[in-house]
Amino acid sequence: MANLKTSEKKSKAQSMGLHTEVLTGKTQQKFFNPDEAENFYYFGTYDVDFNKRTEIDVKNMDCREANKKIDELMKDGYGTIVIKNPQGKHSLGVGILNKLNLIFEGSLGYFGCGSMDGPIVRINGRVGWSCAENMMAGKVVIEKNAGSCFGAAIRGGDLICKGSVGARTGIDQKGGTIIIGGDAGAFTGFMMQRGRIIILGDVGINLGDSMYDGTIFVGGKIGSFGSDAVEAELTDSDQDWLKRKLKVAEIGENFDVSKMTKVVAGKKLWNYDALEPTEKKGAI
Amino acid sequence: MCGIAGLIHRGNTSNVGFELQGMLQALKHRGEDSTGYALYGKTDGQNFIMRFKVGENVAEGSSSVKEDVSVYDERKKIVDSYLSELGAKVIKEDRILPYSLRYEIQYEKDLMEFSQKIESVEGVEILSMGKSLEVIKDLGNAEVVCNRYNLDKVVGTHAIGHARMATESGVDIKSAHPFWGYPFSDVSVVHNGQLTNYWNNRRVLENKGMRFMSECDSELIAVYLAEKMRNGATLEEGMKESLVGLDGVFTYFVATKDSLGMAKDTMAAKPLVLYESDDLVAMGSEEIAIRSILPQEIETYDPFDGEVKVWQI
Repeated sequence: MANLKTSEKKSKAQSMGLHTEVLTGKTQQKFFNPDEAENFYYFGTYDVDFNKRTEIDVKNMDCREANKKIDELMKDGYGTIVIKNPQGKHSLGVGILNKLNLIFEGSLGYFGCGSMDGPIVRINGRVGWSCAENMMAGKVVIEKNAGSCFGAAIRGGDLICKGSVGARTGIDQKGGTIIIGGDAGAFTGFMMQRGRIIILGDVGINLGDSMYDGTIFVGGKIGSFGSDAVEAELTDSDQDWLKRKLKVAEIGENFDVSKMTKVVAGKKLWNYDALEPTEKKGAI
Repeated sequence: MCGIAGLIHRGNTSNVGFELQGMLQALKHRGEDSTGYALYGKTDGQNFIMRFKVGENVAEGSSSVKEDVSVYDERKKIVDSYLSELGAKVIKEDRILPYSLRYEIQYEKDLMEFSQKIESVEGVEILSMGKSLEVIKDLGNAEVVCNRYNLDKVVGTHAIGHARMATESGVDIKSAHPFWGYPFSDVSVVHNGQLTNYWNNRRVLENKGMRFMSECDSELIAVYLAEKMRNGATLEEGMKESLVGLDGVFTYFVATKDSLGMAKDTMAAKPLVLYESDDLVAMGSEEIAIRSILPQEIETYDPFDGEVKVWQI
């Protein structure tokens, strides 16, 4: 291997002065130091004032321009931003990592509000596929319907749809709560790992298919249970939690939660074994 | 991944060519290899309109072999002579492009026999045959195809279209959607998805005398439905049977002279957004397709898994 320290041949980047350090061993690693303030800085976030409010019309913007505009407004300290005429555009309101009141006056396309961590979002229309995918924290309220893969892989926060949602809601969910006021499609809670899903209406076939963990509550009829999804006892504490959650979510406050069906993982598909395949062979 | 769009005006007509162009152009990011239109125009319903091709458009990325225009001329001559033999009277003839033609024909006998005779000419394919249906498909995005064939002024009741990203077969007109529901007049199909039991179904249908012109899996839907209808099923019954008979992931639209239908597989793996009002139904793979004709705030929804719907004009 060439000795980087002594090599005389410089790359174009080095000759232009873009590299000033010699990269060797572990010198690139940074170790956490609690005394350094920069360790508490969350890249890409802004301090915003909720009382500072503005509106933008994104009718003639593409999603990149609209998201950049939102970023600029947050940089200027705006804490309440109203987006007019989203007209079903994709990927709006993604990657927001600070507190913010974001209001969409209209509908979003695919991947709206994905990968966010903290904002409170209200969408006065509907949303397309994969709304709030990978959300870490915050709250998203959709006034109308939502497409498939609603809340895919969310880690936290509350995701609320007052209408009906498509298939695979909460697929790969890892935390947080998804609340549906209407019906949900097939494969709801597919492979979910943690978190809770509440559906006040009916749900399609293969509910909770291959779920690892987590809990699904259904108010209406269930098309069919998926592999390893089983019904569990609805406890008093479940009912207390459901009432509280529905009240906070401004949805189904007077819903009779005592008649809901609770669905959990049967954990029969779990196949974790202390033995590696080769060891197993030896044991046999 | 492909994008599909469709609309039906109930009780009136509109500039469906222009509307569908806007919807498909909004979906161009889903595929620009080819774009196809099935337009149901305002006609007197007396004569058949036959859209057919005598060759392929060979452009960048195309999987076809370039041929001389004289070859197209020769094929056209044979088609004309066969039409005469079949007793079909050509009322009007338009050669839109060297390889693409539109004939208005008076013909009253069996369409299967007619189609088999015409398509026995090498390189000739009937894209559509109907009294209101016209299928126009070519390489390029919606705007390119619309401009090439002057579709933006077509007035009619309903239309379906397809923006294609070629995955299962070649970049050529024969593999482009929509597919005509051979041998039924005025039946067309567009599809988004993949069919996994294509060859099994194809072999069965070919043994029953049905014809396939491409190796595109989506063509199976048109042939499958045509065979069901040939055996007396209604369009809706055929579509419901397809949810079991076709394996894979799909959302497809079918249109007939006076209706438009949609079907979604039982896994609901392919997208569809739907807007429905008393006088208009519009649907597409993404909401932005519908927004291109209805920019105001509207109520839309995703149909559920295994859903079949049919609307009349």
